[in-house]
Amino acid sequence: MFAAATPAAVIGAEAAAADAAASAPAGPPDAALRPEWMRAPGAPFTPYGQPSKHERQVTRRISGNRLLPGNGIALTPLDELEGIITPTGLHFERHHNGVPDIDPARHELLIHGRVKQPLSFKVEDLLRYPMRSHLIFIECGGNSNAGWHPEPIQRPVGSFHGLVSCSEWTGVPLSVLLAEAGVDPQASWGVAEGADAFAMNISLPLAKLMDDCIVALYQNGERIRPENGYPMRLVVPGWEGVLNVKWLRSIELADQAVMARNETAKYTELLPSGKARQFTFMMDAKSLITSPSHGYRMKGPNLYEITGLAWSGRGRIKRVDVSADGGRTWAQAALQDPVLPRCMTRFRAPWKWDGKPVVLKSRAIDETGYVQPERTALLAQRGTNGYFHYNAIVSWAIDEDGQVRHVYA
Amino acid sequence: MYMRESARRLGAAGLGLAFALAHVALAAEPAGPRLGKPVSAEEAARASLNVFPDGRGLPPGRGNAVEGAALFAKHCAVCHGAAGRGASAEELAGGSEPLTSPFPDKTIGLYWPYATTLFDVTRRSMPMFAPGSLSADEVYAVTAYLLSANGVIGERDEMNASTLPKVRMPNRDGFIGIDAKLPRRASKDRH
Repeated sequence: MFAAATPAAVIGAEAAAADAAASAPAGPPDAALRPEWMRAPGAPFTPYGQPSKHERQVTRRISGNRLLPGNGIALTPLDELEGIITPTGLHFERHHNGVPDIDPARHELLIHGRVKQPLSFKVEDLLRYPMRSHLIFIECGGNSNAGWHPEPIQRPVGSFHGLVSCSEWTGVPLSVLLAEAGVDPQASWGVAEGADAFAMNISLPLAKLMDDCIVALYQNGERIRPENGYPMRLVVPGWEGVLNVKWLRSIELADQAVMARNETAKYTELLPSGKARQFTFMMDAKSLITSPSHGYRMKGPNLYEITGLAWSGRGRIKRVDVSADGGRTWAQAALQDPVLPRCMTRFRAPWKWDGKPVVLKSRAIDETGYVQPERTALLAQRGTNGYFHYNAIVSWAIDEDGQVRHVYA
Repeated sequence: MYMRESARRLGAAGLGLAFALAHVALAAEPAGPRLGKPVSAEEAARASLNVFPDGRGLPPGRGNAVEGAALFAKHCAVCHGAAGRGASAEELAGGSEPLTSPFPDKTIGLYWPYATTLFDVTRRSMPMFAPGSLSADEVYAVTAYLLSANGVIGERDEMNASTLPKVRMPNRDGFIGIDAKLPRRASKDRH
């Protein structure tokens, strides 16, 4: 091609380049063909990587109490993300009274109550135990609760459904620690408590604690971040987010549930009969289309990929159906590997939009045969005052201008 | 700790089986290096904030609604509103719409199944700006105030470790256990 430009020519301005061009035989200097980031050395190494400055708008969406800003939620921007793993810094947050600044050297986990020998474990002790990982979603019981509203909320999918995230959590099987303390045969519940200012507590059936719960110390390979429970949190695969107690400081075994505020006054679902569902631990199957979704503007008739996320607390996603005619006909979407139990599953379906108004829907079916319900079916069963555990099919309407909005259809 | 000896005696026949099951569980999971530091049951009980429906975990102390009203105004009303009618934080008292209403009030007297929950959450979490700052007497008094403001007890009724678990909440049987069984309905704990 052209002769290699000298460094002087690379640094030169347009005038210099013009001079060079005029004095043949060289063609345009290479510099003219390079964007500026290819004309000088790049930035040096960084101790801890950050997203591009051009992606600074991709953040958690925060909604805090006006008097107590640490009491509230921060949602994962699902509409801005791809794949199945939530970046650690974008994992959703729900705090009852802020994020504690815990000194790991002074933090201990106490296991007590109906055990043969109460035991306390330092963080450095737990780091020496055999560990296991769960690559799983954690979803707040209050996620998607705008779905109970009489009018469809017009917000991006992450601002509506973003109290769910997916991470690899690694830590010590709780069964090992409970066995070390010696479980009393009369114990049937464990009450977990966090070391935050709320000292949040909640009861879990002992069978679940012994089955697959871990005391997690790592998230996505690094030590858990403060807002996600540093130095340790309880991880309860497939079950309601509030049970995954952050900043875990004690587990008291008992023969009964403690009937904490967050398992009675909250995280219970009032039915039209006046009775309320309690101990609704399981997160039922759910799916939603992340693209296209609310706020998107279609760029004319063309081939598009419909893609989204599906998950179920009961196990693996078996199938996701997608409809482009408001649910009259359904096509099976492709499930992207890996398809893991109690983990986010990414689905994709190619779709040719002809420019006419349509309603898109997705419907998840898990390996137990559970089928994600239509909104009308969910409301017929639960009424509209349940507040928690909204998992109905989500509908996006696209109009002739290509605008995408949330509808009940 | 609580009922330890009697539990041991009652469970004696089942202990052999329990140990056998524990071994099976340990075989399935990797055993740990056993680094847990023994803590006395008394020390663990002192550290615990859990208050169970039967009253276990309640500390010595006492209070009534008259005493609690002043404390509520001082520490709680800034978020929960005067008389617990709600502000930046939830409404705790004064609800009138029943749970079957299209717009139900889930105030303490209408919704909460256990009075002990009120002591548990007040002691562990409240007031939000200074959790852990109230004495046991003060927590009993605030608990009594909220129960009284909800019409569940009288304003002179004393709440203590013995009386509080006996308070029967109006919505005590208003719940259905979905993924775990609820305790049997007790008739003897009527207030």
